This record gives sequence, C-alpha cells and structure tokens, in this order.
Amino acid sequence: MSALWIGVIGTSALAFALKYLGHSVPEKFLTNPRVLRINALIPIALLSALVGVQTITDKGKWVIDQRLAGVAVALIALALKAPYFVVVISAAVTSAVLYRI
Amino acid sequence: MSRVNRATVTQSLSVSFTVGLYGTAFGAASIAAGFSLLQTSLLSLLTFSGASQFAIVGVMGAGGSAISGIATASLLGIRNGLYGLRMAPILKVRGVKRVIAAQVTIDESTGVAIGQEDLGTDAMKAGFWLTGFGVYIFWNFFTILGALGAQAMGNPSAWGLDAAVPAAFLGLVWPRLHGKFEKGLAALSLLIAVALSPFISAGLPIIATALLAVAFGWKAHS
Repeated sequence: MSALWIGVIGTSALAFALKYLGHSVPEKFLTNPRVLRINALIPIALLSALVGVQTITDKGKWVIDQRLAGVAVALIALALKAPYFVVVISAAVTSAVLYRI
Repeated sequence: MSRVNRATVTQSLSVSFTVGLYGTAFGAASIAAGFSLLQTSLLSLLTFSGASQFAIVGVMGAGGSAISGIATASLLGIRNGLYGLRMAPILKVRGVKRVIAAQVTIDESTGVAIGQEDLGTDAMKAGFWLTGFGVYIFWNFFTILGALGAQAMGNPSAWGLDAAVPAAFLGLVWPRLHGKFEKGLAALSLLIAVALSPFISAGLPIIATALLAVAFGWKAHS
C-alpha cells in the first residue's frame, strides 16, 4: 500500500475516533481548564507552522519566491477583513502572475 | 425537530454553503500535493474536517511521512472530540445516530448549535444537524469540483496554488488570534517550524510546535 493511502486511511480513522470518543465519554472528563486552554492553542501553533513551512520552504530548504508575495497579499486581505475566499484567491492570483512573468 | 424556526434554517444553510465552497480549495490543494481524485474524495467523505485534511495533504505533499501527516492531522482533530463532549448532552443520541452525529461534529455544526442557545434545545439540535449535513454535502461536492479543476490545470505553481494553500491555512488561523498571547504563539510557531525545516524530516517541524502550544497553555494565567 502506498504512503498516500496510509495517510488517507489513518487520518480518516483517527479523525472519526476522536469525534466519536467525544460523544461517548462522560462530560466531567476533560474539563480541566489547562487541558481546554492547551486544546485551543494547538491549532494556532500547527496552522501557523504550516503557513511558514508552505510559504518559505521547499523540499527542506529555505526558498523565497512568488509564494511569499502571495501570502503577504493574503495577510493584507485578512487585515482588511476580506472574506476567506477573497483571501485565498488574491494569494493565488498574485503568485501566479509573478510565476508567469 | 418539528417546526424548525426560520432563523436557524437560514443560518445553517448560509454557513453550509459558504464553508462548503472552501472544499474547492481543498480539492485543488490535494491534487496539487499528488493525491488521486479518489483519495481526495475519500478524505472529504471520511475525514471530514477541513484543517486536518489540509494538514495531511500539506505535510505529505511537502515530502513528510504518512506518520507525521497523520499525527499533524489528528492533533488538529482533537478539538472535534471536545465539540462532541459539548454536543452529546444536547443531542442525546445512541447507536447509528451517534455514529452519524460524530461524523458531522465539526467547527461549523457545533458553532451554529451553540449560537442557537437562546432559542432552546430544539433549535440547537436543528442547527447542529442542518449545518452538519449541509456542510457535508457542499464540502464533498466542491471538493470534487476543485480536484477536477486542478487536474485540468496542470502545473500548480502556474495557477498560484502553491500560495493558495498557505493562504488557506492563514485564513483558518487568523480568527483565532484574539490577543497578544495568541499572536505571539503564532509568530513563534511559524519561526520555529521554518527554522527547523532544513534540519529534521518534513512534517516534524510542524508537530514540534504542538509542544510549544502545550508550554504556552501550561504557563498561561487562567
């Protein structure tokens, strides 16, 4: 089985297990404020890390290219309170234009 | 769920459609990362959690192992478990219904349900199911559309997909950056992951930042 299939099946199985577990454990479980706080912070850390790695690295090397300009435009769009779709499209258009010239 | 009020229905459907549209971005990103159309569709049908789906294709597309991809995606999926914890006493479902409820327990279904709190338990239930099913249908439909679009495009860089993916992550994290504390964690995580990238195998720099989140959460004053 290819690595991609293992990724697809493993991610799906664990995603469901986590959801089902939540519906099945007693409510008093996991109400520790520290656990709740860490749970709210984990997505912030992981998503920010993904932004960085996907913007300024390529195959394990630091690379500055059209992607950085695209993401910078996305950042401006977010600061201007643009809807999510505009944010993503503006990054794509910026990067595509720079790539082609 | 008889006589669902109009406000709940309207909110559920508009959230479903808007969020479902982002499925296009996922479908395209997944194809660009090297996943097949079938694998892309299965991720939306079975994993059904946007951030986790973007994470697995992002990590593996950048050359990370299946294990680090699954670990990153699952760390992002923990919050769905906490949503389940919140929704279970409201939904009170068992057996097959609980399996279905679990599958559609995501940011949006839980968010809309909690938003109906003032309208009572029935409205919360209606909001949860309508939004859960609504996002499920639109998300899967637009995933296929995005995937087919990306297949037709060819080189992802020529269409800006290489920047659209990190921009999609940025858009997901942005609303969570309420204060200096969260912004500090975000900036530090980004810097550490980028700094580590040339030295440890792909995927691990991202997982490493989960430890940073634990440290921040541990220390914070409640």
